[in-house]
Amino acid sequence: MAWQRALGVLLFLVCAPFAGGLLGGLDRKLSARLQGRQGPPVLQPFYDVYKLFHKQTIVVNRLQDFLVGGYFIFSIFTGCLFFSGGDLLLAFFALTLAEIFLFMAACSANSPYSSMGAQRELVQIMSYEPMLLLAAIGLYMITGSFFIDQVADRGISAIAFLPGMFFGLVFVFIIKFRKSPFDISASHHAHQEIVKGLTTELSGSELGLVEVAGWYEDVLLLGLLALFILNRNPWSILAGVATGLACYFLLVLVDNLFPRVRWEKMLNWAWAVTLIFGGTNLLVLALVL
Amino acid sequence: MKLSKSPWVLHYDGSSCNGCDLEILDSTTPVYDVERFGVVNTGNPKHADIFLITGGINAQNAPVVKQLYSQMPDPKVVVAVGICACDGGVFKDCYNILGGVNKVIPVDIYVPGCAVKPEAVIDGLRKAAELLDQKQKQMKKKRAAARKEG
Repeated sequence: MAWQRALGVLLFLVCAPFAGGLLGGLDRKLSARLQGRQGPPVLQPFYDVYKLFHKQTIVVNRLQDFLVGGYFIFSIFTGCLFFSGGDLLLAFFALTLAEIFLFMAACSANSPYSSMGAQRELVQIMSYEPMLLLAAIGLYMITGSFFIDQVADRGISAIAFLPGMFFGLVFVFIIKFRKSPFDISASHHAHQEIVKGLTTELSGSELGLVEVAGWYEDVLLLGLLALFILNRNPWSILAGVATGLACYFLLVLVDNLFPRVRWEKMLNWAWAVTLIFGGTNLLVLALVL
Repeated sequence: MKLSKSPWVLHYDGSSCNGCDLEILDSTTPVYDVERFGVVNTGNPKHADIFLITGGINAQNAPVVKQLYSQMPDPKVVVAVGICACDGGVFKDCYNILGGVNKVIPVDIYVPGCAVKPEAVIDGLRKAAELLDQKQKQMKKKRAAARKEG
């Protein structure tokens, strides 16, 4: 229904940055507690972004300004597509486009760290993209539609048919959420290293925009995990949100437990998991259905 | 909301003996945990608000310090950590030492000590964060005045 779609988009536009920022704050607090520290306030990400928008922005070139804007807009556009119950494939392609904008923004600066970060971002996209597309195909096979509202409007949750896909998605989301061991292009930690490369040349409000776009993206990705739980029963929305949160805290735990690996390992592991869990799940579906 | 709630730090070792550098790193460990105040140790001048420098200035690092300072977006605060960064310390009379950090860039806060205590580093960072707020107010006033004239 039209009003439901509009409500979904409106809720996403208004609530996602708050939810995403709060999740980021909880992440930092939880990580600090795991390391035996007190940690920053839960609202710290909001303080950071407020500061970034009130600092001088050193513009490296006009193109970068435009590209960062593109990343921001397409991240939000992807979320709007998703939460309005639109086409899943279109949402994935829009998400990739947003990522390419960010990659181009890093490429446009004449700095070796920035270009290195951009190249690493491409390897990350290469690693997680097959699993995303496989998940879309899996959802299509059980519902006969790429439309998200039809996937969610079923008697039995999709996870009953697609447990392998769900696991694979959670695995590649370590890359997507920029968590260790796969945070090679823009880590949240270890700000000194080349792993902060992607945002090297961004400052002030440009960096702020990238942060906020990241919050929108986080909520979208958790929404994708929740989609596997949703069914006709309205209570499944709660179960979906709980699953999304549980997966997020699992990612924070993984982030704190594992050291960063080289890009070859990231690519190998991500594709191996995609092939073994996603591929097997797809094969079984094709044989059974 | 204030700028002082999110002071991101750039740490540069001029010609320090590493004593002060270790104490700065100490202040991020569980015992002192300077991240309580929102401090992030960033290695990037374009993301930083506070410039922590240890060690004296010599002919080799003077251009580096100047460049790092020029790459930081306004408002920014410079903190000289340790007696060497304050005025050259025991190395003051060495032939290659120009003196403290204030020989090349304006220093806002001096944190003396050899080596400094982590408590002193945290105290300096808190003062630097408060100074960030003041500098932002000054920036706003300047902008408003420029608009009136323009």
